[in-house]
Amino acid sequence: MRQYILKRLLLMIPTLFGVAVLVFLMLRVAPGDIVELKYAGTGAFAPKEAIERERAQLGLDKPLWRQFASWIWGIGRFDFGNSMWTGRPITQEIAIRLELSLELAVMATLVAIFLSIPLGALAALKQDTWVDYLVRIFSIAGLAIPSFWLGIIIILGFLIFFKWLPPLTFTSFWVDPKANLMQLIWPALAVGYRYSAVATRMTRSAVLEVLREDYIRTARAKGLWEKVILVRHALKNALLPVITVIGLEFAFLIGGLVVTEQVFNLNGIGMLFVESITRRDYTMTQALVLLVSFVFIFVNFVVDLIYAWLDPRIRYN
Amino acid sequence: MFALTSRMHLWLEASLRFVRHQPLGAAGLVIVLIMVFAALLADVIAPYDPLRNDYTAMFQPPGATHWFGTDVFGRDVLSRILYGSRTALWVGFSSSFFSATLGAILGVTSAYFGGKVDLTLQRFMDLLLSFPLIVLALVVVAILGTGLTNVILAIAIPMIPRCALVIRSSALSLSRTPFVEAARALGFSHWRIIFRHMLPNVMAPFLIMLTAFLGQAILLEASLSFLGLGVAEPAAAWGLMLRGAAVEFAERAPWMAIFPGLAISLSVFAFNLFGDSLRDALDPKLRVS
Repeated sequence: MRQYILKRLLLMIPTLFGVAVLVFLMLRVAPGDIVELKYAGTGAFAPKEAIERERAQLGLDKPLWRQFASWIWGIGRFDFGNSMWTGRPITQEIAIRLELSLELAVMATLVAIFLSIPLGALAALKQDTWVDYLVRIFSIAGLAIPSFWLGIIIILGFLIFFKWLPPLTFTSFWVDPKANLMQLIWPALAVGYRYSAVATRMTRSAVLEVLREDYIRTARAKGLWEKVILVRHALKNALLPVITVIGLEFAFLIGGLVVTEQVFNLNGIGMLFVESITRRDYTMTQALVLLVSFVFIFVNFVVDLIYAWLDPRIRYN
Repeated sequence: MFALTSRMHLWLEASLRFVRHQPLGAAGLVIVLIMVFAALLADVIAPYDPLRNDYTAMFQPPGATHWFGTDVFGRDVLSRILYGSRTALWVGFSSSFFSATLGAILGVTSAYFGGKVDLTLQRFMDLLLSFPLIVLALVVVAILGTGLTNVILAIAIPMIPRCALVIRSSALSLSRTPFVEAARALGFSHWRIIFRHMLPNVMAPFLIMLTAFLGQAILLEASLSFLGLGVAEPAAAWGLMLRGAAVEFAERAPWMAIFPGLAISLSVFAFNLFGDSLRDALDPKLRVS
């Protein structure tokens, strides 16, 4: 097992290297660079020498392979460099936003779990009845309603009916938990509802499959309560694929909430990503893409480990 | 003539069977068809010019003259939604068709050749799959710039690997079937086997992916336009209608935010409903006798 873990961790390196090469090249292909955009923003006339000087300062005048090599060399020492736009260290810029993004992702995942598992199990138990149809419509609607629009509607509802707006500035959970929750619960609900949709359907089909197993019939024959059969025998065995879905969605929530953050005015990873890519802040965008794909690959790995832990039949060698 | 009618008869029978067994899917299809007609006939049914500003009629609430009200420039919201369905459908259909087709070709090629080709293609697809959809779409927009065609590409490119993965898995067993082996033995060229023998046989997963992508593509277009990185003003697009003034003046003119969002939700809902039922109807593994 230890060998397997080590192997998987080592295998992440070539994948992340591939991601690094890809994003590095894609960004250089994009027209315009940060210096041009900076001067275009001020509207002032920029002498050619000034532009050249600034490019040299950022290291943009060096050949591509050298830029790439020095970037990778830095990452090897956990030094991601400075943001080309603000000049501050990238780790610092990301750290102040990661708390918000991480918390929102965790909350949205919790919302999705609390919605999807009971609803999915219920739909499976009442297969082909109106309950099943209602759950199906509810979950397909969750995939159809854009979470940013749901966010607008939630804010609008509070504004019209209660003359109240969620707080606009982020307070850390550790400083003021109430203010923090009052701000983040709404985007978490909007996003969590959307993400519960896939998990609900996964739970439904997994429970349906398990309910046909012999051991369920045995449990019924023993005269066990339906409740015990459902929770202890069926649900426990049906949860494996559900965990995969929820895990992968959690990975996408870090950095994938680009639009929702915009609606709720949250300064998270997604917002930072949009800002840095439109500013052609190469170093920042590269670091963010690496972070997002690292989280994705890492969560994939953790899901596999949870599998082995939950299901003794699965052993990795 | 006889062949034609019998073929039509088969189609009719298949459609009737679909409606009978998949009532929800049929309902979705009806909404989709209504939307297609609205888009085609927008010139005829839209009561106003969607682009014309009317500063005497700003922020009109829904009423007899403007059913869905007017926006910050006095433009009729209903007309903009009707014309917006053109943008949504065009982007939805072309990007999902493009991505599903390219994905199918890549998937079948990967499965047919196997070995090193398969491995290399798969690694590259895995690489693209480790980006969230919207992140990759934003990178593509940064490279190509905004605008209708570029948005279509930005939506299509991240979806290609997702489709290739699914098609590859169903093409893998296909590449070992006797008729493909026979074609190989007859000395047909690789491309002839891939295009003429294998691709037509992955039609079912192709159609499933295509319909599954439609809703997602419409949603992604709305998201990009909402961020200001998709279709540009003054064009009529649903995501664009939700941007800026709709949020800013949401309390004063909530209809500006409510109706375009409803249009997005309803159309994606209909496409998903239809796609879901189509999958149930086409995938023999899921079919309940």
